[in-house]
Amino acid sequence: MHSVLQALGVHAQHIELVWHTMLWVCGFMYLLVIAFLIHAIWRRRGDSDAEAPRRMSVALAGWIGLMVLGLFGLTLTSFLTDRALVHAASEPQVTLKITGYQWWWEIEYTNPDPSRQVRTANEIHLPVGAQVLAELGSNDVIHSLWVPSLNGKRDLIPGRPTEISLQPLRIGRYRGQCAEFCGLQHAKMALEVVVESQQDYDAWYERQLAAAPPASEARAARGQQVFFNTACNLCHAIAGTDAAATVGPDLSHVASRRMLAAGALPNDPEHLRRWLQNPQREKPGNHMPIVSLGRDDLDALIAYLGTLQ
Amino acid sequence: MSARDLDERPLQFMGDLSHLEDHGHSHRSLTWWGMMGLICVEATALGLAVVAYLYLSTHEQQWPPAYLLPDPGWGTAFTVIVLLSFVPNMLLDKRAQQEKLGPVRLWIVVMTVIGFILVVIRYFEFRSMHVAWSDSAYGSAVIVLLGLHTVHLVTDLYDSIVLVVLMFTRHGDTGRRYVDVAENAIYWNFVIYVWVPIYVVLYFVPRWL
Amino acid sequence: MSAQSPSLDGEWLDESATRQRLEKTWDDAPGLWGALTTLDHKRVGLRYIVTAFGFFGLAGVAAFVMRLQLAHAENDLVGPDLYNQLFTMHGSTMMFLFAVPIMQAVGIYFVPLMVGTRAISFPRLLAFSYWIYLFGGLLLWTAFFLNIGPDAGWFAYVPLSGPQYSPGKRVDIWAQMITYTELSSIAVAVSTIATIFKQRAPGMALNRVPLFVWAILVMSFMVLFAMPSVMIGSSFLIMDRLVGTHFFNPAEGGDALLWQHLFWFFGHPEVYIIFIPALGMVSSIVQTFSRRPVFGYPLMVLSLIATSLFAFGLWVHHMFATGLPRLGNSFYTAASMVIAIPTGIQIFGWIATVWLGKPRFTTPFLFIIGFIVVFVIGGLTGVMLASVPLDLQVHDTYFVVAHFHYVLIGGGVFPLLGAVYYWFPKITGRLLDERLGKLNFWLFFIGFNVTFFPMHYLGLAGMPRRVYTYSSGLGWDGLNLLATGGAVLIAISLLLLAFNIVRSLRSGAAAGANPWDADTLEWATSSPPLSFNFTHIPLVTGSHPLWDSERLHVMRGLRLDERELVLTTVLDAQPDLREPSVPPSIWPFLAAIAVGTMFVTSIFSPWAVIVGAIPIAITLTAWFWPKSAAEEEIEQ
Ligand code: HEA
Ligand code: HEA
Ligand code: HEC
Ligand code: CUA
Ligand SMILES: [Cu+2]
Repeated sequence: MHSVLQALGVHAQHIELVWHTMLWVCGFMYLLVIAFLIHAIWRRRGDSDAEAPRRMSVALAGWIGLMVLGLFGLTLTSFLTDRALVHAASEPQVTLKITGYQWWWEIEYTNPDPSRQVRTANEIHLPVGAQVLAELGSNDVIHSLWVPSLNGKRDLIPGRPTEISLQPLRIGRYRGQCAEFCGLQHAKMALEVVVESQQDYDAWYERQLAAAPPASEARAARGQQVFFNTACNLCHAIAGTDAAATVGPDLSHVASRRMLAAGALPNDPEHLRRWLQNPQREKPGNHMPIVSLGRDDLDALIAYLGTLQ
Repeated sequence: MSARDLDERPLQFMGDLSHLEDHGHSHRSLTWWGMMGLICVEATALGLAVVAYLYLSTHEQQWPPAYLLPDPGWGTAFTVIVLLSFVPNMLLDKRAQQEKLGPVRLWIVVMTVIGFILVVIRYFEFRSMHVAWSDSAYGSAVIVLLGLHTVHLVTDLYDSIVLVVLMFTRHGDTGRRYVDVAENAIYWNFVIYVWVPIYVVLYFVPRWL
Repeated sequence: MSAQSPSLDGEWLDESATRQRLEKTWDDAPGLWGALTTLDHKRVGLRYIVTAFGFFGLAGVAAFVMRLQLAHAENDLVGPDLYNQLFTMHGSTMMFLFAVPIMQAVGIYFVPLMVGTRAISFPRLLAFSYWIYLFGGLLLWTAFFLNIGPDAGWFAYVPLSGPQYSPGKRVDIWAQMITYTELSSIAVAVSTIATIFKQRAPGMALNRVPLFVWAILVMSFMVLFAMPSVMIGSSFLIMDRLVGTHFFNPAEGGDALLWQHLFWFFGHPEVYIIFIPALGMVSSIVQTFSRRPVFGYPLMVLSLIATSLFAFGLWVHHMFATGLPRLGNSFYTAASMVIAIPTGIQIFGWIATVWLGKPRFTTPFLFIIGFIVVFVIGGLTGVMLASVPLDLQVHDTYFVVAHFHYVLIGGGVFPLLGAVYYWFPKITGRLLDERLGKLNFWLFFIGFNVTFFPMHYLGLAGMPRRVYTYSSGLGWDGLNLLATGGAVLIAISLLLLAFNIVRSLRSGAAAGANPWDADTLEWATSSPPLSFNFTHIPLVTGSHPLWDSERLHVMRGLRLDERELVLTTVLDAQPDLREPSVPPSIWPFLAAIAVGTMFVTSIFSPWAVIVGAIPIAITLTAWFWPKSAAEEEIEQ
């Protein structure tokens, strides 16, 4: 779901109300203008009427009054909604830290207990109905986090922390996208918010906490070697292994995500293969280089990544 | 001339312009308005540079970040002289409006000498800031603010030199030239006025913060 | 000098002899030399207009290519790198090289005519400004064709546009283009303000000044106070990039938002700089074709002034999503709402004028009706954007793209095209074809709405702006295709306009001095006007000189053998001085080359600023140097 008009978060619903108010008030004013225009053009013109300019001045006074009233109403609506938005989600149950990178999202679930912190990328899981507070930052240029069905957007600005709150009301998958132009692949910097029941969420969370299972099956074990021999580990982290770099997305549970590379591709072996063969073809300009791999190595690597549930 | 149709309206002469003077001072002159326009632009630009400085200062824990405050000596000397130059400058303006060649020659030379002295002091002032533009945002703001004022200073000095040359040639003793001199004097006033807030910002804001 | 002197104009000389002598004084040298040295505001103004339309064509073709790319999902007509250059070029060119210059240019051409003077103030500055503008535009487009076109968007947010994330020369080119165009537009503004304040025909007190001239005056003041902001900003940017300052570098105490404040403190007034002159055009056209004075003149003037003042207090509404303090944001919401009132008053004023008058449905008038129908939609979506919560949803989406094309094209290009049809006869002496004109209007009107109306929905449906492609399945495909179809209609309609212009230039009906029976002074002189505009300086005794009297009231006593102007007092336009107007000169052109070279080379080495100052000083000195001895002797 990805639309302002399908508001399924508390915030988005408040805003949807503003939209409807605006639409009606402005629509009404527009009709008045057009009606006046049509009448001015096509009215029957009798002999010149000396009184007409004076009557017109009265009409103008009325029009000004109406404008002032309308604008006052709209400003008030806007202001009250803004207040309501501040109060919504004032006691967060889930706190996140989201960092923008060219062109993907790093997501960390903060927790006072360091062992219960989760780091992932491009996919946020939330329990339905929970109040969520996300701290936003950027590693490079300005990005903007926007999940239209849940809330308006907020910029991620280097050197200036910002925050946004969310409160999803229905189970489902919500699409989000970077809204501030951030360079070559701004178009393909999406993310997904998976809203699920509390149980599903908890289960997901526990799985994310777990380290990657040791690569036991032969092909996967080979793949793991490939991963370390071809420098993947210089950019990516996999919990439970030596790979701990943060240049690219955390891959500890990459197989559990639905999309690859910030929404650029669906996450299945076929697309993963294409991605690993040539990330620059799938997402030109992104910061993952082409790493040339033999066919067997590639198969093994894909098998290995597939085990990272 | 084919497409050029002259208006056929009959003319009616209503008055005569030939008695009007051919130059006037202050807001009667066209160039005065041009000057005012440029002063608006430059004042806005300097104002925004000051605002940018203050904006950056609110963003920092320490201001200046490296704790090296500018030495106020040269800056204060500059301020004193530039403020005092107001007097000869006003005399120049007045004499130019009265179109008196001798005094105008004297005072324009005086103003040029003052300009020279100020440029020299400005050189030392730059060094007394103890910061380079590439050190930090503070350094960038300081140097650019001082630099912007220096550009105005040098421009006006150059203009004065040209006027000195003109006043000592046969172009000097004409109405238009007196207007030019008077307008140069107005511009100098502007250079004086804008210095005051810049001085306060550069030397005192870091001490207050 | 005696009043009867034969070197002065007056009833003692017959008209054609007077004109001959004025031609000798005011006509340019023939050929290339004349073209390079001319100071005639009509030649320079027309040059500006043609050049600006040239840039409009380039930027429009860039938009057309973008529309083709977006026609369907996952299209690969252009890649991300080229696409980013395309929208940056499109936006920057439309704003800096088309919309602002063309509005100023129409002012350059018509303000001196409308206020009844022989020449613009500071004509050398004006000539200089044109060359600077041309060089800036050429720099930008040459860079684009060399594949070093800027790619950071028309507002080039840092840090993306900073040294670290945009290495290479692309953004430097953009920043210097800004410097060029801002310099030229400040120069034009200064010339225009002085002309309007000091050169109005005797008797044209401020309350008789045509609304178009008021609009240009207000806009020129906005230029003076808005442009410095972007000049400071772009200088900071280029210094950060080239000499290592840290204004926008958070690691060294700089701040990325400082750029946004500086840019939008200019950028918001900028949009009204485009819009306000267009309102002046609307007033002129409505007045002429309703055959009555615009309703509520004082209120219309006050509305213009109010708009221009408020315009400096709303820049933050472009930055709501940056998370500035909430209460502050609400202030900007309120301010943005308030600005709707003066605009609403003006909309009312024009409709009331039509209501009270007897409208004639010519092509210019149709464009004005189109303006009202289209612009008001854009204005109302502006009001929606002003609301912080709603803006947080639709900011940086196609909803905003729809908003600003409705206001820029509705509020800028519609009046401008109306003005083209309206003033073309004055500029060329020939009428444009009305049947083609009406076809042009309808195609443009329909094409425009088909292109941009669906974008409102696209934005609400989550489509962000500045994306080179999108995946299908998000429900954006059909409307994007429709928008592209609309762009085809727009292109056809503009080709039709080009055809109409070419045809009229070759064989259009002769226009005569005042084809529309309009009331302002530009229609009191020939079409096209002579180099000295008016044989005799008009005397203005009412608000509508050509409607008020069958005769043209004029003054005698200006010199014929010297370029001379009447200066009048600011408020009442009482004759005050006769000032000389400078003769043609090559120095403005040479100074522009010196300045232009300095700016370009400064991209490659900061030393260029120091070294380049020398030729600039030389050319400027020569420019302002009093006439040579030989010339003065000829005078005696
Ligand atoms: C000609 C140019 C022009 C004009 C005239 C306007 C006019 C207005 N604009 Fe627009 N605007 C732009 C050009 C323009 N704008 C551009 C180019 C951008 C985008 C820049 C970018 O990001 O690239 C932009 C972006 C923009 C934003 C930021 C959006 C975002 O990025 O998130 C906002 C937010 O407040 C806004 C508001 C307004 C308002 C309130 C008006 C008002 O002035 C409108 C007033 C007019 C009316 C309202 C209609 C007539 C009045 C009535 C009929 C009265 C009755 C009305 C009521 C009672 C409601 N504009
Ligand atoms: C006055 C300003 C102005 C004008 C007139 C236009 C006119 C048009 N604009 Fe533009 N637009 C902007 C100002 C303007 N725009 C700005 C400021 C931006 C933001 C940029 C940014 O994000 O940085 C923008 C962004 C913008 C986008 C969003 C890009 C993105 O975010 O990814 C789009 C997309 O459709 C678009 C389309 C168009 C189209 C189809 C026209 C058409 O109306 C153009 C019609 C003109 C022509 C087609 C040329 C003339 C015709 C001929 C010479 C005939 C021959 C031509 C052909 C056969 C093709 N514009
Ligand atoms: C120079 C750094 C770098 C190297 C080396 C690198 N990557 Fe990447 N990788 C990235 C970046 C950056 C991204 C994010 C790209 C984007 O979405 O814009 C990425 C994305 C990915 C993704 C998608 C992740 C997601 O969450 O959707 C996978 C899978 C991946 N890389 C696997 C690999 C493998 C396997 C290798 C080794 C063969 C490798 N990477 C080498 C930087 C690198
Ligand atoms: Cu990140 Cu756009
Ligand atoms: Cu704005």
